[in-house]
Amino acid sequence: MSGQESKAAATLLHLHETDNVAVLAKDVRSGDLVSFGELEFHAPADLGMGHKLAITPIAAGTDVLKYGASIGYAAIDIDVGQHVHLHNLTSRYTVIEDMEAPRT
Amino acid sequence: MTIKMTGWPRSDGRKGIRNVVLVAYTVECAHHVCTQIARGFAEQDVHVIGFSGCFPSPYGQDMMEALCTHPNVGAVQLVSLGCENFRKSELQHAIKASGRPANLITIQQAGGTRSAIRVGREWVAEQCDELRQQSRVPMEASELVIGTICGGSDATSGLTGNPAAGRAFDRLVSEGGTCIFEETGELIGCDHVMAARAATPELRDDLIRTVEKAAQFYAAMGYGSFSQGNATGGLSTIEEKSLGAYAKSGASKISGILRPAQQAETGGLYLLDVVPDGAPKFGFPNINDTAEIIELISCGAHAVIFVTGRGSVVGSAISPVLKVCANPETYDKMSEDMDVNAGRILSGEATLDDVGAEIYAKLTSLAEGEVTVSEDLGHTEFVLTYKSPVRSEPGCHIAA
Repeated sequence: MSGQESKAAATLLHLHETDNVAVLAKDVRSGDLVSFGELEFHAPADLGMGHKLAITPIAAGTDVLKYGASIGYAAIDIDVGQHVHLHNLTSRYTVIEDMEAPRT
Repeated sequence: MTIKMTGWPRSDGRKGIRNVVLVAYTVECAHHVCTQIARGFAEQDVHVIGFSGCFPSPYGQDMMEALCTHPNVGAVQLVSLGCENFRKSELQHAIKASGRPANLITIQQAGGTRSAIRVGREWVAEQCDELRQQSRVPMEASELVIGTICGGSDATSGLTGNPAAGRAFDRLVSEGGTCIFEETGELIGCDHVMAARAATPELRDDLIRTVEKAAQFYAAMGYGSFSQGNATGGLSTIEEKSLGAYAKSGASKISGILRPAQQAETGGLYLLDVVPDGAPKFGFPNINDTAEIIELISCGAHAVIFVTGRGSVVGSAISPVLKVCANPETYDKMSEDMDVNAGRILSGEATLDDVGAEIYAKLTSLAEGEVTVSEDLGHTEFVLTYKSPVRSEPGCHIAA
């Protein structure tokens, strides 16, 4: 059995039944298997605990729901398993500037 | 459940889950005498509180009265230097009117430090004997008042501890209990989500105004609300960050807004508005976690749920503080200071519902003879500073 296969799939924490994102319960490396109920996909990047992955497709302009409430809207279409963060989620309040992103 | 909750009945109908003797200074100059009086009673619930300032403070006066007549308090030894600007006799009368014994020592009249300590210890010893004779009566969950705060937060707080505390709140509110959450400065961006849970349209507008006021106050203090560290921890928007703290409030309807030293008249979920009205004055509304805990207690909280990620150790004077550790690594390092390990949710060993049920059970056990770890360790932190008057104004209402 290879190391990859013996490792248990990383789990996602679904904070509210209506949420379209779930939260990583531990750090993952890009390509690690992530499971959520019947869903299984591979981590799209190295991500730390607390980062969000989409568990349903989220169309551009649709609310991203966490804790059963809107945390902003999808800036672009988001597929199942994709990382949901500054690059594809926009606040309805203050726009957050990504201090690590190149200046435009 | 075989053990039933019991409490000490008070003349105003409330019941206490502790029967504390307070030794309270009315100016910092009397603090040492209070500490020395209480030192003789390490094995009993004798706690030191007080107001340090010598300038008049309507807020300090209101807070001291609310704390000295708190349901967990059985008797109060007041200690004054003698020349401070504090309405000590008015406070003593208010405590006596509440049915509690209240003794006032004025150090300048008692003959100095040693004399004041001797007189104070004699009186406190008598009160401890008296309080031991008092019997407890059955108490229902509907009679409990519970506050919640988070401090030393990290990325785990909003994932495990806070939502689990919210589940415990939901159960208590459904049973008619009173639950209080606060930190309006950390609700920026979820004010409209919160307002949608208001019991009345007037309250909806007031909830939004309360958060706007906090945003302006903290901005004037030069306090930012979203950092690059938040984004690294996976938080994408200010709404998301605020919702993590707001999750402590659970999902119940919000019944009203309380001010410090104000008690709810009926059960339900309340927001404590900790930010004074008007131009910012006297600095930050609450300078640390303990100042927040003391304001929750001033609203009658029998106990306070404290959710921590990085690891806090504090307890409080007057009311037990139940510490919920959100981070499993912190729990491994500091388990001796924690009552509940909510980090088990991240490792899949427990669900949010499991930990919510555990928090609820621990809270009710505090009225069944159990103590929190911070009580067992002897933590009785206390902080009370100056703040603009917070008496409820006309228009600051509690929804029916």
